[in-house]
Amino acid sequence: MTGKLGPLLPQDQREAQEKRLRDVWETPSGWRYWTSVNNSEIGLWYGCTAFIFMLFAGVLALLIRLQLAVPDNTFLSANFFNQAFTLHGTVMMFLFAVPIFEAVAIFLLPSMLGARELPFPRLSAFGFWSFAIGGVFVCGSIFFGAAPNSGWFMYPPLATDKEQTGIGADIWLLGLSFIEVASIAAAVELIVGIMKCRAPGMRVNMMPLFAWYLLIVAGMILFAFPPLIAGDLLFEMQRMFDWPFFDAERGGDPLLWQHLFWIFGHPEVYIIFLPAIALMAMIVPTFSQRPIVGYSWIVLAAVGTGFLSFGLWVHHMFTTGLPQISLAFFSAASEAVVIPTGVQIFVFIATMLAGRVIFSVPMLFGAGALAIFIIGGLTGVMVALVPFDWQAHDTYFVVAHLHYVLIGGMLFPVTAGIYYFYPFFNGKKLSDAWGKIAFWLMFVGFNVAFFPMHFAGLRGMPRRVFTYPAEMGWDWFNLISTVGAFVFAAGFLIVVADVVRPKTRQAPAKPNPWNAGTMEWLNQHEESWGIRSIPIIKSRYPLWDQPDLRKNIEDGRYYLPDAETGHRETLVTSVLDGAPQQVLRVGGSSYVTMIAAFLLGGVFIALTYEWWWTTIICAIGTLIAILYWLWTGTAQIPEAEMRDAGLGERFPLYVSGPASVGWWAMFITMVGDGTAFASLIFGYFFYWTIHDDFTGGQVGPGWQWPLAAAALFVIAWGCMLLARFANTRNLASTMRLSIAVSLLLTIAGIAAGLMGPYQHAMEPTLHVYPATVWILAIWTSTHGAVALIMQLYCLARSYAGYLTADYDQDLCNVVLYWHFMVFTAVVTYLTIGLFPELR
Amino acid sequence: MNVERLAGAANRSRKVIYHFCPFSLAICLLVLSSCSGVQSALDPAGREADAVATLFWVMVAGGGLIWLCVMGAFLFAGRFKTQPLTERRAGGIIVFGGVAFPVVVLAGLIAYAGWLMPAMRPWFAGEGEGLRRIEITAEQYWWRVRYLDDKGQVLRESANEVFMPVDERVLFVLKAKDVIHSFWIPSLGGKMDAIPGRVNNLQLEATKTGSYRGVCAEFCGTAHALMAFTVEVLEKQAFEDWLRPKASSTPVSAAQTPDAGGLDAFLKNGCGACHAIDGTQAQGAIGPNLTGFGTRPTVAAGTLPNTTGHLIRFIKTPDLIKPGVNMPSYNMLLQAEVEAISLYLKGLK
Repeated sequence: MTGKLGPLLPQDQREAQEKRLRDVWETPSGWRYWTSVNNSEIGLWYGCTAFIFMLFAGVLALLIRLQLAVPDNTFLSANFFNQAFTLHGTVMMFLFAVPIFEAVAIFLLPSMLGARELPFPRLSAFGFWSFAIGGVFVCGSIFFGAAPNSGWFMYPPLATDKEQTGIGADIWLLGLSFIEVASIAAAVELIVGIMKCRAPGMRVNMMPLFAWYLLIVAGMILFAFPPLIAGDLLFEMQRMFDWPFFDAERGGDPLLWQHLFWIFGHPEVYIIFLPAIALMAMIVPTFSQRPIVGYSWIVLAAVGTGFLSFGLWVHHMFTTGLPQISLAFFSAASEAVVIPTGVQIFVFIATMLAGRVIFSVPMLFGAGALAIFIIGGLTGVMVALVPFDWQAHDTYFVVAHLHYVLIGGMLFPVTAGIYYFYPFFNGKKLSDAWGKIAFWLMFVGFNVAFFPMHFAGLRGMPRRVFTYPAEMGWDWFNLISTVGAFVFAAGFLIVVADVVRPKTRQAPAKPNPWNAGTMEWLNQHEESWGIRSIPIIKSRYPLWDQPDLRKNIEDGRYYLPDAETGHRETLVTSVLDGAPQQVLRVGGSSYVTMIAAFLLGGVFIALTYEWWWTTIICAIGTLIAILYWLWTGTAQIPEAEMRDAGLGERFPLYVSGPASVGWWAMFITMVGDGTAFASLIFGYFFYWTIHDDFTGGQVGPGWQWPLAAAALFVIAWGCMLLARFANTRNLASTMRLSIAVSLLLTIAGIAAGLMGPYQHAMEPTLHVYPATVWILAIWTSTHGAVALIMQLYCLARSYAGYLTADYDQDLCNVVLYWHFMVFTAVVTYLTIGLFPELR
Repeated sequence: MNVERLAGAANRSRKVIYHFCPFSLAICLLVLSSCSGVQSALDPAGREADAVATLFWVMVAGGGLIWLCVMGAFLFAGRFKTQPLTERRAGGIIVFGGVAFPVVVLAGLIAYAGWLMPAMRPWFAGEGEGLRRIEITAEQYWWRVRYLDDKGQVLRESANEVFMPVDERVLFVLKAKDVIHSFWIPSLGGKMDAIPGRVNNLQLEATKTGSYRGVCAEFCGTAHALMAFTVEVLEKQAFEDWLRPKASSTPVSAAQTPDAGGLDAFLKNGCGACHAIDGTQAQGAIGPNLTGFGTRPTVAAGTLPNTTGHLIRFIKTPDLIKPGVNMPSYNMLLQAEVEAISLYLKGLK
């Protein structure tokens, strides 16, 4: 099964190729190192930063445990305790559990897929810097006593109360919104990477399971995070400008936040859990020394989990007084998720049964993960039953449950992953002996810490209490939990010590030390080019099934063995079949990503303190940085149309439309954007369902202006379609004229959209109805403004000669944006203009 | 007597024998020789709590068995099997363990829970008609308790203590003044949130007389941990007597009690702006109604036993006892005044 193979070049030519590749992919040295965008650097920084945040949140957890070790303790003040548990949850969720998988994915995916790079390395770098800045901002707040203190779920009206929450709530809302931008950037990167950057021949049903899982998870991020971003927007509007979205006295409702938060929050659990299972799906076949049993089963189960996870959010709200019938529905849906989860676990057991198992340290952590996670799953079955949840909800039973799920379902698999993938990272193994000690300390410590919490909770101990009276009989449970927590922490510190201890004298492990079957183990960790040449894949486990694969790759006998053009290049393949389509040039080291991230960070941080001028300056700076980045880094016209990719095949260097990665990135981003928009529309109709008269007697925007705005946007969209059509016919001036007309119509549309609520003097602080109308109008107008910038950009590109009939990526992507734009505009204006008239 | 009963129950719960085998991969056994407590869902004294406790133990037994089986299968596969299974047979395990078995078990469980639900809480909001109503308003960080008659008129108002008749379904009408709270009496049943702008109903039926304790279960701000209340389940007649006290025992004119100096100090220092004491000029509605305060078991919503010493401390430095409390500090009052107020309040029956 060797298939197509290039010639074996003489040694000196191969060395020359290698030198050119090395030069092109070189990681900058010195302080320029930080301008690197290479996936192995970004992945490493991402991962290390996430682990530092995790250790920080772990210290907070230990402080919490110290405070609760004995009743009536005064070790921490109530206020500090509340900040500590809020930050503990927030950091573990947003700054560790989700980013760690973005990190692992950015680090590993190109190797697993046989790609040199992910399609948008600069976007990864931008995401990393955004994450790091936002994370430091959020974590740092506690050192000034200004951390958020109303729980990681931020329920209004407590969290909207400025006096009781201070600046902390703003730090939470804006800091995390910023980080969510990074998460969505990573999701775009991973989805496009997995769909378009696989090695030739790797059809979707041959993808490593890790890639399948990450594809699903990235898709979930795309639908789960935007509702939270929409919620954050409403929330911050209430805090900053007193728009009463969650204020019951003015028609708002605190429950809307709970819906938006948990529509995000529940999928979040699976966003955290599925990548960990993905790691196990790589580890278990390796140590069973056979392909996974039930590949289709596990993929379907993962997809099913992803879908179901969006239908469960109400089980966080069983005690809010919703109708019993909907509780029963969500209870059944919550139980249903057991089935795909069970399938995944049994796929592992079946694989082990059908293989010859080597019980190594990663498998030990895997076993611990299973033992812990199943308990978490079983208590999950319990709390998903409505009557039981009425008792268990908001008690230490749930604290125990969620830690069993997350530590068993995430931290233990991640630790297994660290032991498994460490040789991938630097060619050496971690210590088996230390690993075993660490495992037992962590496993025993964890159970000692968290098992008693089940009983503390059922004996009446609520969550989030900074103290408790001695008479309640909770003292022993808590003391034991505290001891266990420290044992657990000691175990994890051993893992950290093992990872960071110098290993210069340790002998390197052999390549592919575990005898794994997937492509990442071809990695030459000392080289930054990713893969020497891009092979043709014919199996799910090519290292087991394709003999001499490593040698042929390293001899440069497959695609793209050379970098004679001096560009960073990787192969783009078709979505389903993995047929090569394009040689993609990706961005190299650059300051612009870092600068853009810092400026965008400036926007969010300045907003927190309501420094309006700084906000505006940073926003303009961000815009300039991003435009510069796009202008100099994307849709570059190549020096030749086709590129020889080796093996006697030539592929285009420039493609546009659905064949291009940029088109997909725009599409995916706009799906996320559309989800945020849908959440706002959901809010509008939510108020309609809870009130007899959702307008609260307030005037509406009328139907005239909104309909005019909708019509203007539709015509503007038509002009953009015309522009694209004219461009394909090489009618440059018609194209420019159409864009210019569309641009004017867009300006008119924005104005008309805002005129409705403005002319009727709708006062958003009076009642939630004018506030929702305004927020929808502003949302759409802002999108119109972005459309304007894109139109100007296209005009500029056209005049600069970068946008022609053959090279039309920019225009294609902008027209794609316009499809979403016109949808947003029509839905917005018909909703706010006609719905009050029709109802 | 309430304090002593609470303390007695707490002493019993201290004798919990705690047995834990952390090193066993097979099962972690936590044997509780006693689940008793004034605030324990595992020591039910109400119909809902009873059904849930049974449900819990059933699920613990079933769950324990499932855990043993899965871990057994895992260990067998990883450690003890001698020959690899064929892919076909291994695949069968996925279908059985991952699909067939959970479908059957979960269908049973959901049916069980679905059968329990309507008996615990009605499917439709209107089904609480005709029940005795107690209106609870949760406020940072205490509970306003109003006993309503058939027409919704307030028969009696109190704070941080709930009196209930035994063997009778009571409808709690839950409101929140400021932020979201959650009303929970573990011994009697599950919790229900109190949400600003909404009115939630919760029906509970106590099956044993006695003293219990409830808490706020939803995080509600700085002093969330210090927002408890006591629950007294009385025989029906005793409850009626408490609810509609005979005329002679009503504090018609509290000003004539021996602690009249305390009332003067109370009124002079403006306490009446927030607190009401029936039969006096104190008619404030912002803070807890203090009528009959002397009989309440605790100070500051379940935070401290009701003694004059604690009362004095709370009046002088409420923020030290209950961080974030809305009551201002009265540290500037003369010690004698504070003492007089405390003695007076402690004497209110």
